Amino acid sequence: MPIKVKFFASLREQLKQDLKEIDAAGIQTISDVWEKATDTPLLPSHVLCSVNLEHREPHESVKDGDEVAFFPPVTGG
Amino acid sequence: MAVFIKPDAFDPAAELTRFEATLPMGSFGATSSFTGTMRDFNEDSSVTMMTLEHYPGMTENQLESIIADAKSQWDIIDALIVHRVGDIQPGNPIVLTAVCSAHRAAAFDACRFLMEALKSRATFWKKETLLDGQQRWVEKNTPG
Repeated sequence: MPIKVKFFASLREQLKQDLKEIDAAGIQTISDVWEKATDTPLLPSHVLCSVNLEHREPHESVKDGDEVAFFPPVTGG
Repeated sequence: MAVFIKPDAFDPAAELTRFEATLPMGSFGATSSFTGTMRDFNEDSSVTMMTLEHYPGMTENQLESIIADAKSQWDIIDALIVHRVGDIQPGNPIVLTAVCSAHRAAAFDACRFLMEALKSRATFWKKETLLDGQQRWVEKNTPG
């Protein structure tokens, strides 16, 4: 199964994409997902991430079928 | 525990009354609530509209997790979070948090906790429309 990648808010607008599916081959961490999904090497430090709807850190692992999301700092309330 | 994401305007007083009615009569002696309302200004600019985006699924999970954390830290009976998404006009409520407990201290403290935790953990993002029609994303929350 592919990894589903979502982008939100200003990040979605900057990258001009909201949803992408990528092959999990060669992917180990969230940072790897960012590189493959955006074709850019380094996950910016201000970008937050989640796996399967839970906040996670870039070094944490991902697997086939996961939903990974990238987004800017939250501003609700 | 009650969490609601609202795409349309809501009445905080009505939501609070409805929430309290779900609890056994006489089971709580204190209710503390906070309502956040949209301003028509931010960082020296006039703001005419705000659009709130969220991450469906994750947002609800985060809000439920925040209430669970409050229940583990304070002796509270139940808590409510209501949050708007979509287009919001100045003066409209954005968020309501409420806590019912036996005594006031837990209600006050847990209600404050809900708001602060929501602002740092819940996946909402604000985009402002300014008086001249330009739009900008809000990049950080204001200090409490």
